[in-house]
Amino acid sequence: MIVAELKEISEIRSMIDRYGSVLVVGCDSCVAECAAGGQRETMLLAAAIRLSYAKEGKQPVITEACLDRQCVDDFIEGIASQVPEHEAILSLGCGAGVQALARVYADKPILPALNTLFIGETEMRGVWQENCLGCGQCKLGHFGAVCPVTRCSKRLMNGPCGGSKEGRCEVNREIRCGWDMIIQRLEALGELDRLSEYVPPVDWSTSHSGGPRRIVREDQKP
Amino acid sequence: MKTESRLEKILQAGHFAVTAECGPSKGADVAALKQKGEYLLGCIDAVNVTDNQTAIVRMSSVAAAGILKGMGHEPVLQMVTRDRNRIALQSDLFGAYALGLRNVLCLTGDHQCFGNQKEAVGVFDLDSIQLLRTVRDMRDNGTIIGGEAIQVPPKMFIGAAANPFADPVGWRVVRLAKKVEAGADFIQTQCIFNIDRFSQYMAQAVDMGLTEKVSILAGITPLKSVGMARYMAAKVAGMDVPEELIQRMAGVPKEQQAEEGIKIAVETIHKVREIKGVAGIHLMAIEWEHKVPEILKAAGLTSRPEV
Repeated sequence: MIVAELKEISEIRSMIDRYGSVLVVGCDSCVAECAAGGQRETMLLAAAIRLSYAKEGKQPVITEACLDRQCVDDFIEGIASQVPEHEAILSLGCGAGVQALARVYADKPILPALNTLFIGETEMRGVWQENCLGCGQCKLGHFGAVCPVTRCSKRLMNGPCGGSKEGRCEVNREIRCGWDMIIQRLEALGELDRLSEYVPPVDWSTSHSGGPRRIVREDQKP
Repeated sequence: MKTESRLEKILQAGHFAVTAECGPSKGADVAALKQKGEYLLGCIDAVNVTDNQTAIVRMSSVAAAGILKGMGHEPVLQMVTRDRNRIALQSDLFGAYALGLRNVLCLTGDHQCFGNQKEAVGVFDLDSIQLLRTVRDMRDNGTIIGGEAIQVPPKMFIGAAANPFADPVGWRVVRLAKKVEAGADFIQTQCIFNIDRFSQYMAQAVDMGLTEKVSILAGITPLKSVGMARYMAAKVAGMDVPEELIQRMAGVPKEQQAEEGIKIAVETIHKVREIKGVAGIHLMAIEWEHKVPEILKAAGLTSRPEV
C-alpha cells in the first residue's frame, strides 16, 4: 500500500487560508490503513482546521467527505455534487489521489493534506515499513524476498557494504541492514548460492528514470 | 603486466608496497594540495586521492590526482558510485586515463548522510563491484557497459576496498572473493586496529586462494588522540577499535597521545607484515599527511624500490 503522513496544520493553513470554503476529502484505502487519511483522520483534521480558524475568530466553511478510493474515477464522482459549493478541495489522498481529483475537477484548486512517503507494509500496529520502490523489474526471487533496491540505503545489488554492523545500517542504527536480512533469509532457506553470482548493473529505464510510467492494456479498455 | 601502472610493477616484483592517502583540498586550493603532495613525495609507491570522502565536498579526485601526477606522484584515483551515474563514471575514467592516471580504486562511498550535503540525492547507479567489472571490461575487452567498443580503452590497475571488520562476519571473505572475481587486482583494507580479527580474515583469504590472485594492502591509520580513537570506535561506519587500544591512548598524557598513536601505528605495521598474504600497507593519516615520512621511517620502510 501507499504510506503517507499528515502535514502540519500550519502548512495546510498556508495553502487554504485564501479560500472561504474548503471540502476536506479523505480516502478510505491505503491512507486509511496507515491512519493518515481515512474517514476517522478526515473528521479529525476537519475539526482541527475549524478549531484553528475559530481561535482567530474566523469561520470558513469546512465540509468533510470521504471516498473509498481517490485514484479511481468511479469513486471520485462520489463528491461531484459537493464540489461546486466549495472554492477548493483539501485531499487526504496520496499524491496519486490528489492528482486524480485535479484531473476530474479541472477547475478546482486541489491541495494535499498529506506527505506521501512510500510503498510499504504494516509491520505491526503503528509501524509501517517501506519495502518497494517500484523499479519495474522485480528481482525479489534472487534475494530471498528482501528488496536490495529498497532495503539497502545505497541500493547495492552486490552487497553488503562495509557499514553493516550487527545487522544495522551505517545510515542509522534504527534501519535494519537490508543485506543482512537477505543473507540471513537465504541462509535459512538453504539458498545462499543465489548470491554467489555477480549481479550486473540495474536497468533503471523501467523505473522513474525512464520518465513517468504508464500502462495501456487494450484487453482492459471499455 | 596488465597495465603501465608502477604500483602493479612493484607488487608484481614482490616488493612490500607502501601507499598513502591524500585528501584533496576543501576548495580549489592547489598550494595546499601540493604541500600535502610534497610531504609524501619519494617515500611512498603510490598516493590514493580520495573522492569526496565521508561525503564532504572537496576538489574532484580526478583533478587532484592530475596535479599530484604532475609532481611526480603515482596516483591511485579513488572513485565512488555515490555521486555519479554510469555515464559520468565512465567518462571520468576516460579523462583520468587521458591525464596519465593508471590506478583506480572502485568504491561505493560513504552515504551522503555523513557529509556536509545531507540533502543530496544518492546516485548509486552502480555499486562498487559493478564499477570494478566496468573498469575491467574497459581494460580487457575494450568495451563500456552495454558492450559498445571504444577507441583507446583506459587500461587501469584496479583496486577495491575491503572491510574485514564489518558484519555479517562470515560474509566478508565471500565479498572479497566477489571483488576479485569482478576484477580487483589489489585491495586496500579498512583501518586495522584489531589485529587478531584481521589475521583471521587473512587466514581465510589465504585458504581460499585469494591472495594468489589479488595483492592485499593492510590499512593503517595513526590515532592522533584518545578522542579520535573513541570517535572512530563509536561513530565511524565499519570500524573496530578495541577497548584496550582506547585505554592505552587514554593512559598517556594528552600532549604525548599523538606520539603514542604513531607508536601504535608502527607496531601495527610490524605485525601485519608478519601476516601471510599481506602484500603491503596503505597509510591513511587523515589530515596528518606530514607525519607519513616519520611513521615509515620508524617502521623501517624508508627506501622505496626502483622499478
